[in-house]
Amino acid sequence: MSILINKDTKVICQGITGSSGKFHTEHMLEYGTKILAGVTPGKGGTQVFDIPVFDSMKEAVEKTECDTSIIYVPAPFAADAIIEAVETDIKLIICITEGIPTIDMLKVKAYLSTQTSRLIGPNCPGIITPGESKIGIMPGYIHTPGPVGVVSRSGTLTYEAVWQLTQKNIGQSTCIGIGGDPVIGTTFIDALKLFQEDKNTDAIVMIGEIGGSAEEEAAEFIKQEVTKPVISFIAGLTAPKGRRMGHAGAIIAGGKGTVAEKVSCLRSAGVTVVDSPADIGEAVQKILS
Amino acid sequence: MKLYEYQAKNILHKYNINVPKGEVVTNAEDALIIYNQLGAGKCVIKSQVLAGGRGKGGGVKIIETPEEVKTFTSKTIGSRLITAQTGEKGILVNKVLVAEAINIKKELYLAISIDRSTSKITIISSTEGGTEIEEVSAKTPHKIFKEQINPLLGIRNFQARQIAINLGLTGPLLTKASSLLKTLFKVFIENDCSLLEINPLVLTPDDEIVALDIKMEIDDNALFQHKELLEIKELSDVSSAENMASDAGLSYIGLDGNIGCLVNGAGLAMATMDIIKLYGGEPANFLDVGGDASVEKVTTAFEIIFTDPHVSGVLVNIFGGIMKCDIVAEGVIHAIEKVDIKVPLVVRLEGTNVEIARKILDDSKLNIIFADSMKDASEKIINAVNRKK
Repeated sequence: MSILINKDTKVICQGITGSSGKFHTEHMLEYGTKILAGVTPGKGGTQVFDIPVFDSMKEAVEKTECDTSIIYVPAPFAADAIIEAVETDIKLIICITEGIPTIDMLKVKAYLSTQTSRLIGPNCPGIITPGESKIGIMPGYIHTPGPVGVVSRSGTLTYEAVWQLTQKNIGQSTCIGIGGDPVIGTTFIDALKLFQEDKNTDAIVMIGEIGGSAEEEAAEFIKQEVTKPVISFIAGLTAPKGRRMGHAGAIIAGGKGTVAEKVSCLRSAGVTVVDSPADIGEAVQKILS
Repeated sequence: MKLYEYQAKNILHKYNINVPKGEVVTNAEDALIIYNQLGAGKCVIKSQVLAGGRGKGGGVKIIETPEEVKTFTSKTIGSRLITAQTGEKGILVNKVLVAEAINIKKELYLAISIDRSTSKITIISSTEGGTEIEEVSAKTPHKIFKEQINPLLGIRNFQARQIAINLGLTGPLLTKASSLLKTLFKVFIENDCSLLEINPLVLTPDDEIVALDIKMEIDDNALFQHKELLEIKELSDVSSAENMASDAGLSYIGLDGNIGCLVNGAGLAMATMDIIKLYGGEPANFLDVGGDASVEKVTTAFEIIFTDPHVSGVLVNIFGGIMKCDIVAEGVIHAIEKVDIKVPLVVRLEGTNVEIARKILDDSKLNIIFADSMKDASEKIINAVNRKK
């Protein structure tokens, strides 16, 4: 019932001894996520919630055979932490950290394209397969297992959409936050491809926002490759031009990246786009029934 | 962070790139001193504001006499410059750049930026310098060239040469231009730029290449590794509320409406503004309190919202993930006590620790309108604000 992660996913937490790493490790454990190791250079040999802490990713992967890593390392060191994880050939890396310099991420992304690991984020809430595994910072209780795949550039707006679904008893196969930065690992298209191939996903919710052209590119992909219904909301209709709206990637630059442009591309690709963020759940319900 | 033209010019000068000689000044007396230092002939005075279209807006003037230097400088400094990009209020001019006039044989266009869809660095070039590149792109797209640079390999010699060839440069100029391109790429990387645009890049009659006007933007995420750039940051053109927010680690942008918004997360903050508008209200601001808000931060957020006198109601929309709802609840109470909020306040909370938060707010007996969804919240705040009118 999922993509990328399930109940058997074994996780290493990079930055586990930091305050945010520790806080979220506790909540992930509560949800049932299998966190088998932590990494903090210099804290090797200690424990956090009975989880062994290692000095390096290399050692953590060798000792615990984890296939996934989640990164809570502060921005100045996060690009390095991603590369360290990639070097172990780990399957999936989820980077929560906000504020990584764009040029650092360009280099990480170029290097990643020659390696086997997949990166989600940075500047994202993570990924959750409801009832099985939560690898991220989202509140667990708002999710429920079911047939809707959710992919989003936002954090809290994703929670909003998921909560609307859950309140209507519509469950989710997997929810992925791909992150609000200009340069990210997994894109809308990557997630759409995975949801299209997943036999337990019946419909896809895609939440975009102003800036860049990721939604336009996704629309083109949906037109060609996606047969499942896609429901979408794009945030930022009221955002003034040329101003960065919190997310590093959310900016209408040179008149490009507006909501109108994105919505029109998505609609012409057959996507159901709702005008109000409060109507996401209802639109999905209508389509599934 | 956008740099002023004179700041960008100083950076390029450090890399030995040809830029017009000159200095930035804040008054007519100093302008005259610089004018005389430059040889007291023909020079250019340019208003220093962070907006394009300065020439057409009357913010740039070619000057030939000391009298003109004095009149133009004293008229310009302290006035508001209105250009196609500033809006009708314009921007206050505090400084002008007095620079030597350059003889122009040909104007070219050059920009380095980040291509989000390919995750590469793009160098955009055109033989049509001196005009708005958007215009060139719309009318004559074949005159715009793009070269993609792999961030791990950096700019290669053949790529630098190709760009120079596209710009129609041959012989010694080809070599000169490719070496300039490699230096500009270095400037872009070493200063963590998100944009470095030179328009026009000028070819002089004696075949020198000069960067006549420069637009430079630095990636905010990278500022922590550029203390030298933080030191030259000027706060004058950002509203004081936005400065207050940035000092407190909040993200705030003032708008024209009357409904203040306090939200966590950029996406939800935008969506909250959107839904207010959709239901017939007008948002007064974008405000993302971030993921790790404390009671103090929430209080500061309220103070910032109320720096705008038009705010006649506030909508708090929090979906707690990292952020714990009880912290927000305590912040709201603290803010009501400290800020003395006299306008309707609608609060919608969901997520981590929401039960504790609801209890805190219930027990406070404060005059808060509770909402249980985004739709409910936006309807309630719009009704409350309209009723007050």
